Amino acid sequence: MAQGVFAITEQRDGELRKVSFEAVSEGRRVADGLGADLTAVVLGSGIEGLAEELKKYGPDKILVADDAALADYTTDAYTNVLAELIQSSDPAVIITGASAQGKDLSGRLAARLDAGLAMDCVEIKLDNGNLTYTRPMFGGKIVAKVEIEGSPQIVAIRPNVMDIVENSKEPAIEKPAVQVGDLKTKIIEMKMETGDKPELTEADIIVSGGRGTGGDYAAVEELANELGAAVGASRSAVDEGWRPHSDQVGQTGKTVSPNLYVACGISGAIQHLAGMSTSKYIVAINKDEEAPIFSKADFGIAGDLFEVLPAIIAEVKKLK
Amino acid sequence: MDIVVLVKQVPDTESLVQIADDGVSIKTQDIKWIMNPYDELAVEEALQIKEAQGGTVTILTLGPEKAVETIRTALAMGADQGIHICDPAAEGSDALAAAKLLAAALKDLPYDLIIAGHRAVDEDNYQVAAAVAEFMGIPQISMVNKVVVSDGKITCHRTIEGGTVVVENSLPALFTTQRGLNEPRYASLPGIMKAKKKPVDVKTVADLGVDGGSVGAANRKVKIKAFNLPPERQAVRMIQGEAAADKAAELLKILHEEIKII
Ligand SMILES: Cc1cc2nc3c(=O)[nH]c(=O)nc-3n(C[C@H](O)[C@H](O)[C@H](O)COP(=O)(O)OP(=O)(O)OC[C@H]3O[C@@H](n4cnc5c(N)ncnc54)[C@H](O)[C@@H]3O)c2cc1C
Ligand SMILES: Nc1ncnc2c1ncn2[C@@H]1O[C@H](COP(=O)(O)O)[C@@H](O)[C@H]1O
Repeated sequence: MAQGVFAITEQRDGELRKVSFEAVSEGRRVADGLGADLTAVVLGSGIEGLAEELKKYGPDKILVADDAALADYTTDAYTNVLAELIQSSDPAVIITGASAQGKDLSGRLAARLDAGLAMDCVEIKLDNGNLTYTRPMFGGKIVAKVEIEGSPQIVAIRPNVMDIVENSKEPAIEKPAVQVGDLKTKIIEMKMETGDKPELTEADIIVSGGRGTGGDYAAVEELANELGAAVGASRSAVDEGWRPHSDQVGQTGKTVSPNLYVACGISGAIQHLAGMSTSKYIVAINKDEEAPIFSKADFGIAGDLFEVLPAIIAEVKKLK
Repeated sequence: MDIVVLVKQVPDTESLVQIADDGVSIKTQDIKWIMNPYDELAVEEALQIKEAQGGTVTILTLGPEKAVETIRTALAMGADQGIHICDPAAEGSDALAAAKLLAAALKDLPYDLIIAGHRAVDEDNYQVAAAVAEFMGIPQISMVNKVVVSDGKITCHRTIEGGTVVVENSLPALFTTQRGLNEPRYASLPGIMKAKKKPVDVKTVADLGVDGGSVGAANRKVKIKAFNLPPERQAVRMIQGEAAADKAAELLKILHEEIKII
């Protein structure tokens, strides 16, 4: 009988990504609820050190899959290695992040294992050993509760939603021999943005600007800098060429769940809301007090963003 | 170059989505149906590759009878033919079963390249494309915003958090689209006229040789227990004040002292 919980972590350049800690913490909670063991899995090259870091979140066991071919994520190498580890341990539940990597991987893995997959979940509920997954659908207009039949059950969790909980243990660390198999994908180049700006999907705070900025992002960026926040944008702003596609929040852009989302000069179209409605707190700044964004916000300022933002920036500076 | 594009019909993103009486599906009567926005990018990219290199573009859709409208839209944009998996037994399939059906149809088709959307904006599964690639035993490249196809190879710019990864694969391969890839064309009037004469082949589950007991709403591995509306936020607190500075000070007081978020 399948039992136990796997939490698949994610590293880039030898550094664990935040969603990994969310997956392991959630894995611990689920494993405790099921009275089962939690195994954290980390894949990469020369990554023993990462196991140390994962101990804090309470796995009973850590599997370190270390191979030169696992240094950077590729669908084929990661799926081959994980499918084998999963088949030999036979876990009942597999948790991973619904990040770019996790989405790519979990879909493939589910097909390989003929397993049910609940993608982009915002909550896992435990009820008498039964697991129910909560996932937004239709761009967040519907929140579905789903259950998965058979095993393993694969669940990909929306980044930035679940709590990171420290729970130190002395886990067994194993380094199984891995077979990366026949690899078809060749990585030619990784073009990464430099600098220490947080990534949109991982940021605690996002300051987002829409058409109301008229293309002038100076104040939006300054506020973001002051708050250590990421900058987001509406699709209109992207279509105007004011911001890159990677900044777009919404149904055809990124789905974000920061603690604080500050929407500046954004009307609040349904497709924009689809990407940010699970933010914990939403502040809207719009000169039109009838703008639909206000009906979805927690706090609103009716006013011209070019007056309001500098005033907010001045207040933030006072806190330092 | 023979290209198959996976296209799904979905509710218009503007649609009011209401929960049906059964509590596990949506009311469909008032919905306007459109081509999944990510699949528009897929059709456009297929057409651009065909225009540059020759070949055929086939649209493959699993969906109820009315989904043929979306196939016709793609044909009007310039695709050559459609395949419509249309069978009440397949309705309500989950992502894995949908992928099995699509893969079964693909087995009988010649193709070098399959293009799909990154996600369908109905169930937001982000899964069917990867599963199809797995069932076909070909590589998948997700969230692509730039593609070069030449000499039996495909080079894709795959967007990830904070950057782009350029990867190369040999064909056949499948990739999924991301905004930024292209600007989908509109169907022209002559295109719409021509589309009416283009072939659309209808297939049932049995035609595809798929076991009816593994697809459809009754055989979902991912069982929908309930649909709910998202929790309502409390009514917005509009920050009052004379000047911008007053409002800003009040907002900061809330964010810093009350909810302690900054
Ligand atoms: C299939 C589809 C998918 C889509 N996907 C997305 C998506 O992923 N993300 C997305 O964002 N949109 C998406 N859209 C577009 C969406 O419908 C809206 O058009 C878009 O979100 C509007 O952007 P906006 O709020 O910046 O602009 P507008 O709607 O033009 O709003 C601008 C706002 O700024 C305010 N304003 C103007 N000047 C000032 C000022 N000086 N100070 C303060 N406020 C000011 C105005 O009052 C107004 O409310 C999609 C649309 C479709 C059809
Ligand atoms: N019923 C379907 N018919 C054809 N293609 C589909 C279907 N469902 C999903 N797809 C393809 O798979 C992509 C991802 O869908 P999903 O996994 O449902 O989010 C879509 O953008 C389509 O390209």
